[in-house]
Amino acid sequence: MTQHYNKKNILQVKSLACQRGEKLLFSNLSFAVASGELLLLEGKNGAGKTTLLRLLSGLRRSDEGEIFWNNQEISELDFDFYQDVSFLGHHNALKLELTAQENLEVSIALSAGSEISIEKALADVKLAGYEHELVKSFSAGMKRRLAIAKLLVLDTPLWVLDEPFTSVDVKGIALIEKFINEHLQKGGLVVMTSHHEVNIEKKYITNLRL
Amino acid sequence: MAKTRVSTRKAFSVIIWRDLMLSIRHPSEIINPLLFFIMVIILYPFAVGSDAKLLMEISTGVVWVAALLASMLSLDSIFKEDFADGTLEEMILSAHPTSILVLAKVFAHWLLTALPLIILAPILAVMLGMHDDGIVVLLLTLLIGTPVLSLIGAIGVALTVSLRGGGVILSLLILPLYIPVLIFGSGAVNNAILGLDVQGQIYMLAALFVLALFFAPLAIAAALKISLS
Repeated sequence: MTQHYNKKNILQVKSLACQRGEKLLFSNLSFAVASGELLLLEGKNGAGKTTLLRLLSGLRRSDEGEIFWNNQEISELDFDFYQDVSFLGHHNALKLELTAQENLEVSIALSAGSEISIEKALADVKLAGYEHELVKSFSAGMKRRLAIAKLLVLDTPLWVLDEPFTSVDVKGIALIEKFINEHLQKGGLVVMTSHHEVNIEKKYITNLRL
Repeated sequence: MAKTRVSTRKAFSVIIWRDLMLSIRHPSEIINPLLFFIMVIILYPFAVGSDAKLLMEISTGVVWVAALLASMLSLDSIFKEDFADGTLEEMILSAHPTSILVLAKVFAHWLLTALPLIILAPILAVMLGMHDDGIVVLLLTLLIGTPVLSLIGAIGVALTVSLRGGGVILSLLILPLYIPVLIFGSGAVNNAILGLDVQGQIYMLAALFVLALFFAPLAIAAALKISLS
């Protein structure tokens, strides 16, 4: 299979530590994720999963340690890193007063560029026909699927997903798992958390317990 | 890779388009500060009496102070919704410089909140009996001064956006920084009414505008990154 992304990518973390208030969430954390790999973060509530994801996406600066994207520190790469990452957090980052199509247009404008058309992405997440509906009329599951459509449109190599299956139904979960599988096959990287069992080929998955 | 490329200019204009669109579909946030501005000015004659000479004398101060407070009142909401729904995170993780994107937000906000106020200001100034020369300069100073207020205020909002009840801190933080704009803005109008030269004050305001235009977006972007981390 031809390589979908320009090159092989690698995300490396070296002796990362993070403190939240008085509490030390984790320290001396080192790992690496390469093209075609999924890192599944595990740990109880408050273990620092979300904090780690925010560190990896570049939203938060680490207290100690470094994060490298293709052997360059992400804080030095700045936009060159951001254009390779998609972050899906607890919030869907959708504007309720805009339509599905408009939301995706804004996301594309904020990114470096889009890979597939908006129509295709909406059809992929089973939201075809809802292009011109305001997002405030969507159910929680539909909003989440629209947020997933953003990942497909932008098609960045690194996906950082915080509980991507929240509020989607069984079919939706299978759909998202299919997208993650395809992304990994294309040489993408995924770092994610999930309370659900993740139904993705075991050979891709590395587990990390916090 | 067959990716379509997005220019930063495109990102800038899309952010402006989005914010204008959002407030057209949800207009209460534009109307509130405008009503506040009108009401403060209308209430003055009731409080100080209908002495035309007195009203004329205080008209500059009343209009400028009302504009300043209306600006501060409206600014509170500039990043609030984006923070709550996660689009602020998306903006910071954008492939384009955050400072350019926040400049787009501030500009859209100025178009929505300050511009209507500037358009109404001459009418309210006439109501207070302001001299014609004063009104022309009032318009000019508001046009240069209100963007400075928006830019400076946005720094404060960016710093306090993640705090609950940040409103009080916000006022304490940015009101002192508003004072130079108020001094030069109302000073120019007063000079115009007295028939004196206004160039000095206008140039000072313009200098403040250029400074704010250059430095504020950088400060806002840095403050937002701190607030979100």
